[in-house]
Amino acid sequence: MGLRGARDQIVTPLRVLSIGIILSIVLAAVAFISLSMGPAKVSMGTILGWCAGMGSVDQTTSMILANIRLPRILLAGLVGFTLSLGGVVFQALLRNPLAEPFILGISSGAAIGAIAGIVLGLGFSVGVPLLSFISALATILLVLGISSRHGGLESSTLLLTGVIVNAFFTAVIMFFIATASDSRLHSMLFWLYGDLSQSKYIQFSLCLPLVLIVSGVIYLFSRHLNLIVGGEEPALQMGVEVELVKWVAFIGISLITGVVVAFSGIIGFVGLIVPHLMRMMLGPDHRLLIPASALGGAVFLVAADTVARMIISPSELPVGVITAFLGAPFFIYLLKRKGSQWNQD
Amino acid sequence: MEPGLTLKSISFSYGNHWSLDGISFGLTKGELVGMIGPNGSGKSTLLRIMDGLVRTDTGEVLLMNRPISSYRRHEVARQIAMVPQESIFRFNFSVLEVVLMGRFAHRGLFPFEEKKDLEIARESMRRTGTLDLERRSIHELSGGEKQRVLIARALTQKAQFILLDEPTSQLDIRHKVEIFELISSLVRGQGFGVMVVSHDISLAAQYCNRMLLLNKGRMYRIGSPDEVVTTDTIREVYQCPVLVDKNPITQTPRVTVLSRRPENNKDIAVQPLRHKGTEE
Repeated sequence: MGLRGARDQIVTPLRVLSIGIILSIVLAAVAFISLSMGPAKVSMGTILGWCAGMGSVDQTTSMILANIRLPRILLAGLVGFTLSLGGVVFQALLRNPLAEPFILGISSGAAIGAIAGIVLGLGFSVGVPLLSFISALATILLVLGISSRHGGLESSTLLLTGVIVNAFFTAVIMFFIATASDSRLHSMLFWLYGDLSQSKYIQFSLCLPLVLIVSGVIYLFSRHLNLIVGGEEPALQMGVEVELVKWVAFIGISLITGVVVAFSGIIGFVGLIVPHLMRMMLGPDHRLLIPASALGGAVFLVAADTVARMIISPSELPVGVITAFLGAPFFIYLLKRKGSQWNQD
Repeated sequence: MEPGLTLKSISFSYGNHWSLDGISFGLTKGELVGMIGPNGSGKSTLLRIMDGLVRTDTGEVLLMNRPISSYRRHEVARQIAMVPQESIFRFNFSVLEVVLMGRFAHRGLFPFEEKKDLEIARESMRRTGTLDLERRSIHELSGGEKQRVLIARALTQKAQFILLDEPTSQLDIRHKVEIFELISSLVRGQGFGVMVVSHDISLAAQYCNRMLLLNKGRMYRIGSPDEVVTTDTIREVYQCPVLVDKNPITQTPRVTVLSRRPENNKDIAVQPLRHKGTEE
C-alpha cells in the first residue's frame, strides 16, 4: 500500500495533487495498454507514434484505434469515474457502507426506459439512451419526492424507498424479458449487465461537461461530507447546511449517473468497491477520497472493459460480468486484511 | 451584562404527551450555568433549541438580540459551539483532523485549512491537554480523552457560547472533575458563556455560577446553587429521598442519595416519600 503514506498527516492540496497525478499516470498507462489490445494486435511503439501524429500507421489500424478503441476507452473511463464518484458521495450522505450510485433505484429506472426502447425497436445511438435517461431521472425524482418530509431527506427512508422502487421496477423488467423475442433478449441482457461496445465520441463529449461541472460542485462540498459522515446533527452544530448539501449532491450525482448509464447500461460493483478500496488505502478524508475514487473508478473500468472484450475474443462479455468477477475476490482479500474501515456503533 | 443568548417564553411540544413550556432565561458571557433535571425533563431538547436546531412552537431564541432562526448555520456555529454527549466516528479520523473540523464555519469555499486554522486547533488542544494525542486515531481514545477532544473541537470553533450535553456521564470521578475544572477555567479565563447539562448535581453545584432545575418541561427553579439545590427541590423533582447539606470544604450544596427503605437510613431522620412513579 505505497499510496497510503502517513495517515497522521492532514490532507493538503499538495497531497491531493500528487495522488491525483499518480492516478492519472496509471490511468494513461492502462489506457495505452488497452489501445494496443484487441483482435488486431498493435504494438506500443505504433500507438505512441500514432498518438504523437508521427510514424507510419496504416489506414486500417488508424481506423481501428480512432473509431473503435479510443472512443470506447474514453467512455469506459468516464463511466467508471462517474459511478465511483457517485458511490463515495452516496456512502457518505447515507452513512452506509452498502451505498452505491444505484441504491436509490436509478439503475432499474434507467433499465425500464432502455428496455422499453429495445422493445419498441429504437436505435442504440439516440432512442434507447434518451428513454433510459428520462426514466432514470423520473425515478430519482419519484424516490426523492416520496422520501422528503418537510423539505428534509432522512437517510433510512431514502434507502428503503430506493430498495422498494428497485424491487417494483425489477418486476416490470422481468415482465418485459419474459415476453421478449429471442433477438431482442440478447440486447436486453447485455444492456442490463453493462455494455460499452456501442461507444462513440459523441457520447463521451455529451457526458464530459456535465460530469466535470457536477464533480466540481461536489468537490466544494468535500469538507461538508467529512462532517456529515459523523452524523447530521453534529454537522449542523458545526455550521453545515446539511439539507442543502444533500439535495444538491443527490440530484447532481443522479443526473450524471443517469447520463452515463443511458450509454453504458448498468455496470455494477464499480461504484461500490472503488470507494472502499480508496478509503482503505488513503483514509477517510473526502478531500482526497473523492478525486482518488473518481480516478480509481476510471482506471478500474478501463481495465475491466479491456478484459471484457479480450477474454473470449472475438466475442465479448458484458463488462459488468468482469467488474464483479475480478472485483469481488480482490475486495474480499482487502476486507480480510484491513477491515471495512467502518465503525457502526 | 447583557445576555448574549436569550430564551423568551419558549414552548415546544413533541407529540401529544411531552412538552417544554414557559422557558425564559438568558446565558451571559463569563458565566457557567448548570442545567439539571430528571431523565425526560427536556434538558437535551432545550439545549438543541438554544442552538437553533429545533423550531419552537411559541417564543423565540435571541442570539445577540437577533432571532436565531434568522441566522445561517455557519453564522450560528461561529457564536455557539455544542459538545455532544457522545460522538460517533465511523471512520478513523486522527485527533487533529477531528479538532480541525471545528474550523468549518470559518472557512470559505476553498476546502483546505490554512496555517492559522492549524494554530487555532493546536492552541485548543494545548488548553484541553490533548496536544500529545494529535496523531492518534479517535477510535483509540478513552472516554475522558475523547470528551476533551470534543471540547477542543468546540474551542476551535471560536464561539462565545459553549453548550455541553452531559459531558461527564461516561466518566469516572477523576475525569469528571477534570472536565468541570477545564470548563470552569475556560469561563473564568476566556469569558465564554457556558451551559452544561449534568446528572452530577453536587459537582455541578461546586462549579456553576447559576443552576437551572427542569421538571417535566418547566423551569422548576433557577438561581444560585444554594437556591436551586435543596433537600426539598431535589426530592420533589427527582422523586427520590435525598439529603442536601453543605460540602464542608467548598460550602456548596452536596446531595446524598438515601435508600427508599427507611430502615437503611439509620442515623438520618427522613420522612417516607410519597411514591408517584417515574415519568416517561
